[in-house]
Amino acid sequence: MKDSNFIIELSHISKSFGDKQVLDDVSLFVKKGEFVTILGPSGCGKTTLLRILAGFGTADEGEIRIDGKDITSVPPHERPVNTVFQRYALFPHLNVYDNIAFGLKLKKVKDDEIELRVRKALKMVGMTDYEWRDVNSLSGGQQQRVAIARAIVNRPQVLLLDEPLAALDLKMRKDMQMELKDMHKTLGITFVYVTHDQEEALTLSDTIVVMSEGKVQQIGTPTDIYNEPANSFVADFIGESNILNGTMVEDRVVSFMGREWECVDEGFGENAPVDVVIRPEDIYIMAKTDSGMLEGTVQSCIFKGVHYEMTVTTPDGYEIMIQDYNAFEVGQQVSMIIKPSDIHVMHKERTCNTFEATMIDSTHVEFLSTQFVCNEQAGITGGEKVEVEVNFDRIELMDNKEDGMLVGDVRFILYKGDHYHLTVRTFDGDNIYVDTHDVWDDRDIVGVKIMPDDIRIKRV
Amino acid sequence: MKQLLRFFLKRSTWSIPYAIFLVGFVVLPLILIFLYAFQDAEGNFTLANFSKFISSPEAANTFVYSIGIAIVTTVLCILLGYPAAYILSNSELCRSKVMVVLFILPMWINILVRTLATVALFDFLRLPLGEGALIFGMVYNFLPFMIYPIYNVMQKMDHSYIEAAQDLGANPMTVFRKVVVPLSMPGVMSGVMMVFMPTISTFAISELLTMNNIKLFGTTIQENINNGMWNYGAALSLIMLVIIFATELFSDGDGDRASNEGGII
Repeated sequence: MKDSNFIIELSHISKSFGDKQVLDDVSLFVKKGEFVTILGPSGCGKTTLLRILAGFGTADEGEIRIDGKDITSVPPHERPVNTVFQRYALFPHLNVYDNIAFGLKLKKVKDDEIELRVRKALKMVGMTDYEWRDVNSLSGGQQQRVAIARAIVNRPQVLLLDEPLAALDLKMRKDMQMELKDMHKTLGITFVYVTHDQEEALTLSDTIVVMSEGKVQQIGTPTDIYNEPANSFVADFIGESNILNGTMVEDRVVSFMGREWECVDEGFGENAPVDVVIRPEDIYIMAKTDSGMLEGTVQSCIFKGVHYEMTVTTPDGYEIMIQDYNAFEVGQQVSMIIKPSDIHVMHKERTCNTFEATMIDSTHVEFLSTQFVCNEQAGITGGEKVEVEVNFDRIELMDNKEDGMLVGDVRFILYKGDHYHLTVRTFDGDNIYVDTHDVWDDRDIVGVKIMPDDIRIKRV
Repeated sequence: MKQLLRFFLKRSTWSIPYAIFLVGFVVLPLILIFLYAFQDAEGNFTLANFSKFISSPEAANTFVYSIGIAIVTTVLCILLGYPAAYILSNSELCRSKVMVVLFILPMWINILVRTLATVALFDFLRLPLGEGALIFGMVYNFLPFMIYPIYNVMQKMDHSYIEAAQDLGANPMTVFRKVVVPLSMPGVMSGVMMVFMPTISTFAISELLTMNNIKLFGTTIQENINNGMWNYGAALSLIMLVIIFATELFSDGDGDRASNEGGII
């Protein structure tokens, strides 16, 4: 790929800390001059990826190229990248000028050129006349500006930014976002930006990389990511959304919330189970009329500054979130319209839990490192490898972890209009997907129980 | 009764015993040293004690020699203690806290016992007692006081400074020279104070390790006071206090940070 215009090529990067896999086969290609944001919740591996790019960590597997050169095992001080650290990491024993000049002095740049470039960098971040200030006397925002100046003064090919605005207050953060975007335009260098703030990612980036659990979930422009989320995780993480279970009846027809809807998606096959995503601002709400597509009752209405956020329940018991400039009273009967192009249909990643299992004897099966009682299996001998399927809604969660057959903690909660879809992580790192009407919190420790009737055993 | 109770419950009341102690055992003696230093045996005001010190080559020489020994000891402690602290604080090089404890362990044993053991060791190895033994003994006794503050500062040092330096193009040697060393200076300053000051006034170590052949300033003061020369002894003590105070002022440039981050003092 020598003739490619990619400046960064990360191929098949994997990394584990002990038993925990933080990055799982991540590949990422960045074009020259692009503003790329790696977005994900804390613990998704985004910072680890950035540190591997900077050279502070090494990947267990995979290859990193910058500008065509393999730098997988090049130490950080020889890489053509500079980093803006989350907590600035300005040298406390040096003043503003010497902090910014640090990199240039190491490169043996002439003194008068250093002075020129430092002044230019300071001007760029709006900190002219701060040269001789002690860095400890600066405010958080000013320190961040100096940290940015210290990185860009070296004219790196790639600038890495590790949640640089996380420590600033909202107003300051908004201002800095705009300045960063301008800076990116002026400098023309490639920015790789790490954040957990989806709004920041949408505002700043040319390309967003959504990560979760060490895997890339979707790569795309902000508009693509927002309008066409690849899966329910992305839909839930970026912006507000209603995510519902549905069935693709045929091309351009999807059924959910108890009726069939016209949509624009094709190629899912007939009667395929899908996830349907509708953004709350894409639902038109009005006082009850006959021309509505769906009816409901307003449950709550909260003023959010620009718009009102309402929850509406349908006669079938679905709860949907709607954002509109007009307020509707709680208890009011309303009608709703959804345009075909605003209905986003996504493949379901799975329709039931599937586990690899081993038969112990004809009535016992072992999976998830636990022995379960199952219905008598004729003709399957002990020791045989089988596949076990359990429906999402047939898994019972218990408050008291001793009541369960195994223990896990709730990792990801998705509200699906009339029930919650949870991901429960066992201590061995396996995922169990559960549909429930009960409310659980993130990181709740739960006992998991599966009844013999609900265990379907399939020969492999 | 109620007023009495309130009096005893006030927090400031609890400080009274400490205040009495400090006045009785720190402030009063200091005032006495000051008064004695400017008096002759009859109690008249005089500067004779100081002129005696300046004109008598023996005392002045001892004084200069003591400072020389203290400087040598301190420098040796830095040279030995700094790498030790660096290794101890570096989790990659030193995984267990056992090493730290082993370095600090000698401080748990009385200084006289340690010094007597050093004498026995020198005898056993048939090494001569004298200047070399004195410096060895001093370094041995005071090294932990140098290591600990430096170790403390280095351990608390934010690793992102090191990463930032690497990121800006510094190789490991430059990172050490331009970031680790300057950032650990507060610890070194603390260590210097904890080693330099006590070594000026020490006398037991020099008596034991040189068979009383080398006199340090502490010994001179002790001899004068033992021989009833209270006023002259007080004057010598005052001179030493002024010198110590001066070193403290001298190191105060970094002293702010030293007292904040410097570990045990």
